[in-house]
Amino acid sequence: MADFFAMGGYAWYVWMAYGAVALALAVEIAAVRARRRRALDELRMSLDPVAAPRRMERVEESR
Amino acid sequence: MSRAPRQRNAHAGALRDAPAEAARSAGVDDARASVLGAIGWALARDFRVALRSKGELGVQLLFYVIVVTLFPLATSPSPEILATLGPGVLWTSALLASLLSLPRLFASDYDDGTLEQIALSPRPLVALVSGKMAAHWLTTGLPVAAMAPLLGSQYALETPMLGTLTASLLLGTPILSLLGAVGAALTLGARGGGTLLALLVLPLYAPVLIFGAGAVDAARAGVSATPHLSLLAAGLLLALVAVPFAVAAAVRIALD
Amino acid sequence: MLINWFRFSSPVSFYPLAGSWSYALGALAALLAGAGLVVGLWIAPTDATQGDAYRIIFIHVPAAWMAMFIYLVMAGWSAATLGFNTRLSAMMAQALAPTGALMAAIALWTGAFWGRPTWGTYWAWDARMTSTLILLFLYLGVIALRSAIEDPRRADRACAVLAIVGAVNVPIIYFSVQWWNTLHQGSSISLTAAPRMAMTMLAGILVMTAAAWCYAISVVLARVQAIIVERERGAGWLESLIDWRVGDDR
Repeated sequence: MADFFAMGGYAWYVWMAYGAVALALAVEIAAVRARRRRALDELRMSLDPVAAPRRMERVEESR
Repeated sequence: MSRAPRQRNAHAGALRDAPAEAARSAGVDDARASVLGAIGWALARDFRVALRSKGELGVQLLFYVIVVTLFPLATSPSPEILATLGPGVLWTSALLASLLSLPRLFASDYDDGTLEQIALSPRPLVALVSGKMAAHWLTTGLPVAAMAPLLGSQYALETPMLGTLTASLLLGTPILSLLGAVGAALTLGARGGGTLLALLVLPLYAPVLIFGAGAVDAARAGVSATPHLSLLAAGLLLALVAVPFAVAAAVRIALD
Repeated sequence: MLINWFRFSSPVSFYPLAGSWSYALGALAALLAGAGLVVGLWIAPTDATQGDAYRIIFIHVPAAWMAMFIYLVMAGWSAATLGFNTRLSAMMAQALAPTGALMAAIALWTGAFWGRPTWGTYWAWDARMTSTLILLFLYLGVIALRSAIEDPRRADRACAVLAIVGAVNVPIIYFSVQWWNTLHQGSSISLTAAPRMAMTMLAGILVMTAAAWCYAISVVLARVQAIIVERERGAGWLESLIDWRVGDDR
């Protein structure tokens, strides 16, 4: 197992590369999902400004 | 455009009436004449406008000279290093000088509504923007190319290399004017102005820089610069044919 | 099999399609990436010359290819925008740019970490890396232009023109940088030259490329959903998207 992480002595290079990519993709996915959620939330607010916040609170509880 | 000032209406009126009659009298020759006429009209107009502010043109040329002078101060005055740096510095500075003058191409016409008048005229917009770009090159690229031998000798470049340098700039600076015009039209009325223009246009300039500076480098190495210059010439022809359509499209988009 | 594709050319009908495809492709991407990583990190043999450092190739090459493909696809949607004047094609182009830019950045980063142990330097102005860097600048230009123009429809068309001009220039740029590089290095050494391919290596790269494709489409479709909601807010049909009881943003 340790051999795997050592990557034949090139651990720094291999894991900096793979790690950065994993981080970048995770950030992109999270950002896109957050953007979509924000857009839908703003849509809810614009359609029903009075009820929407309370409904969204209930939604948060039920998650 | 009833709200436009009188003199601009007269201008636009002249645009509208004469070519309309010319078009009505049919014939391919007439159409061709009106395209050339449109190019000539736009070129003459922009040239006249530019000459009215000779100071601005002088400043742009001075910018080129100053930037070229700065590099040896930052590196070294030794002739070998200067000769190595020279082509790159002279070419990059020409790029930057071109960028500096690009907003002038459309911005003032756009701001006072003349550009809209121009676009509304029955003359083909492609021809009119071609004339504008030609005038831009005459007032920016051509002076830079003319100054190049003088500045090149400051960089310890020998005479045959100076010839190649001038040739490369004569072929390359029109391409810079053409590609730059695309950026200038696209960024009309957009935030970020000149810096955004630079960001858009500099990547497109890269091949011109590579072949232009590369030609002089080849001459310095004693190798023939013909491949570089041929590629530049080919690029220029391609740009002359294709880019005006993109610029006209971009101008219409900006005016909508 | 006659499918009326134009039925999906309005943002209204495309939204749910984008959603389900995004989730499906995302799952597929995860599966393919899992398989590809197993091949790349375990099964494929250690290279004789480059050691285990060559394993970066399994993320570098897919990223570099995706950066190129996505730009071409973006240019294609841009052409559709100018040709058919459809809103959705512009939204697709808008959604593609950030992912393409990220792929180019990943290609540059992984290329640097591959270059250091193999060729001794993180960055050496080789032809492929320099061209990818310029490609990144082209992406950033399109993104910057979109945020600089206020009117969305005008931004659509302006970015479309820019994307197409860039696409025409990309081969010219690649060619000129290749030329420049060979002149100055004597031979066309590519800093990120792949080792001779064992079958497993090739298989790993292909699987990871497929994974990258699926991932990119999945993310882009999710982003275009967000864009559709952001831009179509005036339209009444959007109400149907929101399930008030569950509140889930599917």
